[in-house]
Parts: sequence; C-alpha cells; structure tokens
Amino acid sequence: MTGTISEAVLEQDLASMPQLQGSMFEGRGLRSRLYTGITWLLAILASLPLFSVLYMLIAKGGARINWETLTALPPSAFEFGGGIGPAIVGTAVMVGIGAAISIPIGILAAIYLAEIDPHTKLAQTARFLAKVLTGFPSILAGVFVYAALVVAMKSYSAWAGGIALAVLMLPTVILTAEEALKQVPQKMKDAAYGMGCTRAQVIGKVTLPTGIPGVMTGVLLAVAGAAGESAPLLFTALFSTYYINGWEGLGEPTSSLSILIYNFSGMPYDNQIELAWTASLVLVLIILVFNILARVLGRQKY
Amino acid sequence: MNATADAVTSPAATWSIDPQDTVMDCRLEKIFYGDFLAVRNSIVPIEKNKITGFIGPSGCGKSTVLRSLNRMNDLIPVFRFEGSVTYHGQDIYDKSIDPVLVRRYIGMVFQQPNPFSMSIYDNVAFGLRLNRYKGDLDERVEKALRSAALWTEVKDKLKNSGLSLSGGQQQRLCIARAVATEPDVLLMDEPCSALDPIATRQVEELMLELKEHYSVALVTHNMQQATRVADTTAFFSVDISQGSRTGYLVEMGETRQVFEDPQADLTKEYVSGEFS
Repeated sequence: MTGTISEAVLEQDLASMPQLQGSMFEGRGLRSRLYTGITWLLAILASLPLFSVLYMLIAKGGARINWETLTALPPSAFEFGGGIGPAIVGTAVMVGIGAAISIPIGILAAIYLAEIDPHTKLAQTARFLAKVLTGFPSILAGVFVYAALVVAMKSYSAWAGGIALAVLMLPTVILTAEEALKQVPQKMKDAAYGMGCTRAQVIGKVTLPTGIPGVMTGVLLAVAGAAGESAPLLFTALFSTYYINGWEGLGEPTSSLSILIYNFSGMPYDNQIELAWTASLVLVLIILVFNILARVLGRQKY
Repeated sequence: MNATADAVTSPAATWSIDPQDTVMDCRLEKIFYGDFLAVRNSIVPIEKNKITGFIGPSGCGKSTVLRSLNRMNDLIPVFRFEGSVTYHGQDIYDKSIDPVLVRRYIGMVFQQPNPFSMSIYDNVAFGLRLNRYKGDLDERVEKALRSAALWTEVKDKLKNSGLSLSGGQQQRLCIARAVATEPDVLLMDEPCSALDPIATRQVEELMLELKEHYSVALVTHNMQQATRVADTTAFFSVDISQGSRTGYLVEMGETRQVFEDPQADLTKEYVSGEFS
C-alpha cells in the first residue's frame, strides 16, 4: 500500500517538473537547424565566384608564370614566347603616380574633415562630393583626364593615366581615412591638449599615429582598386609594347596589365591569349597582396 | 560689493589663507557656455602643497571650475570666462597668455583613464618630448613611474601598450604622464570614479604622496574621499532660483571644519547626506 502511494506521489512530482529535454524533431529546433543550413549554403555560394575565377586563372594562366613572361616584351603577331614585363611596370608606375597624388591630398582632406572643421559647409560639401565620387563611373575619370590633359599635351601618357587613377583613388582615401581618424577617442585628444599640445601637435602626435592603421587600410584598398582599373587608362595611357623609357617615357603612351588583357584576349593568336590569362593571374595576385597588406597593416600596434 | 557676492564670501570668512601659500588665486565671476551661466561668484584659492577638494551635487559646476584652471574649457567654442585666475602673479586669462603654455605648467588627470595608444614608456615620455627635454629621458620616466607607484609593476614591460594595463594601472600611468614634466599644479577631475575600491585606495595614497611636491585640486563625487585626502574642501551647490542651474561656491574651509562644523545650512544638509 505504502509503495503505491509513494509511486503516485513520484508521478505527480514528475508531472509538475519543468520539461527541459529538447526534442530533435520538434518544430522550433528543426527550423533553427534549417535556417543555419541555408546560411551555410549561401555563404558557400557567395565565395563560389571568387574561387572559380581564381581556379580558372591558375588553370589557364599558371603555366606561363615564369621569369621570361614577367620581364619580356609582348610578342608581335606570329611570334612565340614574349611576356608582359612592360605592362607590369606600367601598372606599377601609374598606380604609384596615382598614390603619390591621392594619398597626401586624401589624408590632409581627411584631417580637415575629421579634426579641424567637421561641421562647416565646406566640410559637408567636400564629404558629399567624395561620397558621390566613390560611385563615379571610372570611364568618366578617363574621359575627364583625356579632355583636360591628353588633348592639351597632345599625347597619351603615364602621367595622364596616373592622374586618372588618382581621381578614382581620392574618395576612397578621404572617406576611409576620415572614418579611421574619427575612431580615435576624444579622451585621448583631451589628454594631449591637457599636456599642452597645440592642435597641430594633437593631430601629429596622437590622432594620426593612433588612426594610422585604419588610414593604411583605406590607402591600400584604394591602391588595389586602382591597379585593376582599365577604363580610365584606355583614354589616358593607351598602350605600348615597350618599357617606360626614363622620365621622358612618362610622357608617352604606357602599357598596363588591364589594357594588355583587353587587347590580347581579343586577338586570334593562342600565344597572346595565353599571355592575357597569365596577365590576369598576375593582376589578381597583385590585388590580393595589397588586400592582405591592408589587413596586416590595419591591425593596431598598441 | 553687491549682495550675492557677499552671500558667497561670508561663510568662508572664518577661514583664510596666507596669500604666500596660494599657488592659484581663482576669482571666478561668471562662466558661460553660450547663454547658459554655469558658475558664478566663486573665489577658490588653491593652496601650495595641499590637496584642495571640490565637492557638491551633480551639475554644481565643480568640474567646470576645475577645467577653467588650466584653460581646458577653451576647447569648447561657446565657453566664456569672466574673472581672473592668478598664477605666479599672472592672470592666465589675460589676452597675452597662450592657453597651450598654461596647460604645460598645470597638469590634468581625467575622469576616465586615457593613456595614449603607445607604449608605457612613450606615454610617460610624451610631455618631456613635447617640451624638448634634453636630459636623461629614461631617468625621468622611471622617476615619474615611481612617484605614481607604478614602477615595480611595469618596469619589465615598458614597451607594452599603455592600454594593456588594468584600469587602476592606466589611471596611475596617466598620473605618471602628468607628473613627468613636473607641473606646479595637478588638476584631478574625479580620478577614481572609474576605478574599483582597491585601485581607488592606491590612487588616494598616491595623492597624499604627490602633495609633497605638487599642489593638487581634486574634484570628487565621493565625500569620504574628500575627508580622506583633502586638506581644504570647497563645497559647491546649484542655484535654481533664476530658472537656470548655476553653480556657486557655498563654503570653503579646512576639510575637518567643513564636514564637522559647516557654517552654511546647505553644506550641513549635504555633508550629513540629506541630499546629494
């Protein structure tokens, strides 16, 4: 008798206990797993294009990566061999010119926007224009520099190409550098003022050094973007099959990877088409290196 | 002398200090932010080698007063100051005075620890380098860190980031940074409000050591802190009678007198905890 009573009590206790065990196939858990699965699938889908492009470039262009290809002049119509040397140098030089122009201007503008007078009409206008310029069709930068410079100089040139790239890099540099400088906490700047720093000293000794990793990220992303541009170079640097010849050579038509890819891929010769693939691979690798640099240098040192 | 000024100065009349012992003679008539009158009619002498505590309810302008003493408030465009702050015979609000230079002699420690994002060493050396100090930098950095009671904890990791330290260590680092240039006066704006009780204790002990060499003005929200460290206490309150919230000095005197035998009713209510 006592046994049955205690069993009854036990059952009653169990019934009043909170139900905590989950079931694999209950609706809520099932839905949660389903959604997780979908996001997995979509994440894989999103990285698919990049990986397939990389795979294709390596498969088709990888074979020709060697010293000769990287340094030799491009072949003419029925020639075998040859390389993309002038295009690599041309791209590097024009991106260099673009960086040399856009980085100092961009960082100084960012300092003005973030630190000196963030709320003036001038600052608001400049910020708005920079934002518009980020979405600016790159071919228009080429057309603009063509009309402003190429026509006046009566020649396509590396200068013109570099300036067109600078126009495209500038807004990225300005906006990312401004953002990076604004991240520097006000209390750090207060500390610097409290030590007896002038505004220039606060910016030079505290704000810029603290914000520089973020600024570098912006600069390198702008460089990576510019390296891959083709449309603005079409109107400004045109193309050449020779290396840039000294300072004078900067005033003459200049080769670049992107234009070489465009030109050679349309040719009916296997050699040139192979070189176009190799040039594409080299270009992607250059851009990859800058992106990795941007990540590494973007880390805070302290 | 008009009536309001009289009302302010009379409770403090029982207490006076020798002008010889005053390092900063602060006569604040009016402090404005735009149209807002933040502080009025307060005479606050800062004594040499003493800790002067500023207490009072929130919004009574004690921080505003403190930040007026090294012209930090000049960074706020709408700030306007009437009165005088005499430091070594010069009014720091005189037109000929460069506020940047004022801040090199009158150091400041802030409410939130705010080390620079650089190494511990560079943080302390910052002010020395700023002043183009020609002597032995290592020696001065060590001295400053010792006087901030931080040396033994950081001597093996001077190259580590100042931001890697704990909150209490960061605040002592900021104190080391402020004293490295050996300023005359150290302004401390609620330096312990972001610290735990143990770190607070350490910073308080540090303040007591610092007053051997420096004159300290300390804003604190914590009345116990004022009784523990301040030699002189200034009690500020808020006047809401004009429809605005204007802070003013109610009473100033030796800390023990202000807490045990307050002259003004407002002070009596405040120190006995009737309002805060």
